[in-house]
Amino acid sequence: MATIRVTVNGERYEEVAVEPRLLLSDFLRDTLGLTGTHVGCEHGVCGACTVLLDGDSIRSCLTLAVQADGCEIVTVEGLGTPDALNGLQTAFREHHGLQCGFCTPGMLMTGEDLLRTYPLASDEEIREGLSGNLCRCTGYQNIVAAVRSAAAQRREKAAS
Amino acid sequence: MKPAPFDYVAPSTVEAAIEALVAANGEGKILAGGQSLVPLLNFRMVRPAVLIDINRIEGLSFIELRGDKIAIGALTRHRALERSQLIAEKLPVMKAAMRHVAHVAIRNRGTIGGSLSHADPAAELPMLALFYGATIVAQGASGRRHIAAEDFFVDALTTCLAPEEIVVEIEFPLLAHDGWGFEEMSRRFGDFALACIAVAIRRGGDVLDDLRVAAMGVGDTPLRLRMVEDQLRGAAIDGSMPERLAQLVSASVSPNSDVHASADYRRHLAGVLAKRALTTALAAKA
Ligand SMILES: Cc1cc2nc3c(=O)[nH]c(=O)nc-3n(C[C@H](O)[C@H](O)[C@H](O)COP(=O)(O)OP(=O)(O)OC[C@H]3O[C@@H](n4cnc5c(N)ncnc54)[C@H](O)[C@@H]3O)c2cc1C
Ligand code: FES
Ligand code: FES
Repeated sequence: MATIRVTVNGERYEEVAVEPRLLLSDFLRDTLGLTGTHVGCEHGVCGACTVLLDGDSIRSCLTLAVQADGCEIVTVEGLGTPDALNGLQTAFREHHGLQCGFCTPGMLMTGEDLLRTYPLASDEEIREGLSGNLCRCTGYQNIVAAVRSAAAQRREKAAS
Repeated sequence: MKPAPFDYVAPSTVEAAIEALVAANGEGKILAGGQSLVPLLNFRMVRPAVLIDINRIEGLSFIELRGDKIAIGALTRHRALERSQLIAEKLPVMKAAMRHVAHVAIRNRGTIGGSLSHADPAAELPMLALFYGATIVAQGASGRRHIAAEDFFVDALTTCLAPEEIVVEIEFPLLAHDGWGFEEMSRRFGDFALACIAVAIRRGGDVLDDLRVAAMGVGDTPLRLRMVEDQLRGAAIDGSMPERLAQLVSASVSPNSDVHASADYRRHLAGVLAKRALTTALAAKA
């Protein structure tokens, strides 16, 4: 057993015992009970498990919990609340960017990284940026539309 | 789909990591970005006794101009290469390639040292190492050695690294080219390539003074197509040159068939990509 210290969605967890082989995805879901992070393929292909580690989007199924020692993690639970969705979440709702919702946490966390890195995200950048996240329901168009609209809103906010 | 148990150490120096590898007696594995190793752990296709995490070692992540070379630390993330101004200026073919390496979240973790050591025959960075004629610097218990990229890749997923050696940095010589092209085709954007070609040329008036051609996805290792280069070096440049290159490239590769594409398709594709890459290279002002 190893012990780690992490901040998840602003909350500090001190001295949590983890087995070295525990994946960060399972740590978030099973140890901390944050089941918003979904697990699809466990080999990096589907993107459902994407979270932010020290600000960068990463696959939580391809990172060990021990590696997150001393790091700051944001999961989908850290974006907004059911009563106060954040801008990107609101855009997903307005543009029908989800149906079953399985891929949505990963889409949102990837989208957050995209918006942060490319404040002026073009459609090509959005499509390329989302290319590592699989959705079996929506056909992607509405997801791209949602990210595009969130990008436009952030742009407006930055200009005003 | 969960890793089998292993011990985990996160040393803070390269020397300590090598000691840990030696102590593990062949049962240890280096963990860098984990983007190739952790899937293999999850599938239990590899079951190391000890994982030696090198992410806490300082000084292994850098991109530096050193004279006529760019030196890149082994722990440099794909994303840092993709976004580096120095790479965009000095190694433009690498810049063009990086957006094809997996997806953003994977590029945020994956490292150049890991990609070279993993030696996937359809990975971009191993091909770029061959293309640029890079030197791989590996450190072991008895010190450092410099390995030419052409000696480094032995077979699919196999390099000439000794079990207790760690890649610490890679030196990419700057090319004196006046045109280049990079073309890749994959089933879905960001997937491993079905085929990929990089071309760089240097012109002297109407003559092709020099060219370089590298390919991947069409063999057990990435390839530098020196025989193709020899056939066209010194040739007069005309409109038929891209087509000639296409034929030479197709004739010189022997791809494998798999679920993604047949050998014939890959051979044809390599030619088409070579033609496009050379057309782009020739369109640049000499
Ligand atoms: C869904 C998906 C798609 C991908 N698509 C692509 C793609 O299109 N193109 C592409 O190039 N790659 C792709 N990759 C792989 C990715 O680029 C990896 O990051 C890379 O291959 C391995 O780098 P890493 O740092 O993650 O290495 P790790 O996974 O940590 O290690 C890989 C291997 O190298 C060894 N190793 C690592 N670092 C060193 C070192 N410094 N010295 C000695 N040995 C070392 C490890 O022991 C292990 O055997 C993809 C990965 C995923 C999950
Ligand atoms: S569960 Fe991590 S990428 Fe699919
Ligand atoms: S909404 Fe169902 S998988 Fe994307």
